[in-house]
Amino acid sequence: MIKLYDYELSGNCYKLRLLMSILGVDYKTVPVDFYPGREHKSEWFLKLNPLGQLPVVDDDGLVLRDAQAILVYLAAKYDAAGTWYPRDNPELLGEISQWLAFADGITSTASAARLHDALFYDFDINTARAGAHRLFRILDEHLWFGERQERQWICSAKQPTIADIACFPYIMLSEEGGISRQDYPAIRRWCDRIKRINGFIVMSGVFPAGPAKAA
Amino acid sequence: MGEFRCVDRSLLNDWHVVAERSALMSNSAFTTRLMGHDLQVTLDGRYNLRVVELDTGEEVCSDSRYGFIWACLGRPERDIIYLPETNEADRHLLSGGSIAVRVSGLRAVENFLDMGHFPFVHTGWLGDEPHTEVLPYNVTITAADEVLATDCKFLQPFASPTARAAMLVDYIYKVFRPYTVALYKSNPLDPDRKDLIVLFIQPVDEENCIVYSYLCYLKQGLEAAAARSFMQLIFAQDKPILENQRPRRLPLDPRAETPIRADAVSVHYRRWLRDRSVTYGAIAYPV
Repeated sequence: MIKLYDYELSGNCYKLRLLMSILGVDYKTVPVDFYPGREHKSEWFLKLNPLGQLPVVDDDGLVLRDAQAILVYLAAKYDAAGTWYPRDNPELLGEISQWLAFADGITSTASAARLHDALFYDFDINTARAGAHRLFRILDEHLWFGERQERQWICSAKQPTIADIACFPYIMLSEEGGISRQDYPAIRRWCDRIKRINGFIVMSGVFPAGPAKAA
Repeated sequence: MGEFRCVDRSLLNDWHVVAERSALMSNSAFTTRLMGHDLQVTLDGRYNLRVVELDTGEEVCSDSRYGFIWACLGRPERDIIYLPETNEADRHLLSGGSIAVRVSGLRAVENFLDMGHFPFVHTGWLGDEPHTEVLPYNVTITAADEVLATDCKFLQPFASPTARAAMLVDYIYKVFRPYTVALYKSNPLDPDRKDLIVLFIQPVDEENCIVYSYLCYLKQGLEAAAARSFMQLIFAQDKPILENQRPRRLPLDPRAETPIRADAVSVHYRRWLRDRSVTYGAIAYPV
């Protein structure tokens, strides 16, 4: 069974739990005492991932690090319908990769702001917040124009892809870093659509969709 | 808003946690803020602890206990609280991690005392629908001047890191000091004994706090990482709710927010704060 080295409050760990829940993949978690224990910098963990970062999965001896890379692996291997990461569609794979890199940008801005505000990380908070707003503006416009063309998701496919899963967590947690989503209506509607995907699960700080239909 | 300083004598002359000891590097200074005062904390070696107020350069009273660094801005009128459970060898004595929250620490105490939100905020863990009723419980003020809520019971799907099935959990809540609150709840593996969780809350200013959780769980069947993970899972569910409360300070006027019967402990807490002239982090209500 897949073993996920996990920290509950990590958005990057959550995105893997979320995809595995949607795909119905069984897994077990190994809680890593990220805070305050800094176990991800401990000797045993560095052997698993010399970068000292979560998440890491171990799937029957295959050890992978990096949330986006693991999303690629899980979807390519366990999504029988092949919609989350369509291996036979080069254009779409290009789009997905582009937005997976964008998700890394969200981590280094919105997630950094959250770590600064809640867990005392020594980041330049103004730079982090400004960087997140810049990315949110770009994504909001992209989604807004997509809605005009009946595109519901980040990439131009009928179904959501791992790009949506990759971008979602740290956008949803942004207010914990003092980054309001008030000015991004298309992002807010897209978040509600993600919350209505079958198999959606929450993490602490993310609440389920209300009973009403998305606006 | 962070500029307002505290004028409450009882808070100025009391001890507050200002850092986790394990987060301090030897010989390197750590800065924080307590009730609007910027403080620099240094630990030189194991024993030479100094807390200095940055504006004046003067040293304030400091101490180290339970794995935390404590400071008192005035003259301490009483000792750091004593927790007899810390002498029991079969308990973990762990920091659950310190988390900054954009709300008055008094709001954080009140939220900790509230059972009514379990099914809605901690769905599937500390409660679930339709089991939303808070049964009547008792609230008293103890001889040691603490707010004590007893006979609290709640049906919880996943009450503790060692819980394996839903259980009816017995709770006792105690507010030791305005910014210090604890709960005692049945241990799933040894129902005759209780796990203890204490929140030491640092009032950074009137609308910001740092919540330090101190976990005194029975060790049986429980790893430290799992205890911390559970505490943070639960607390991070509360955090966005707390940060969206308005006003950020706690109103002491009984008419400001409408309580229901389940809020009896909160009603007592607010009255207790008001009667003791605690105003820092509150919206005062003249007696």
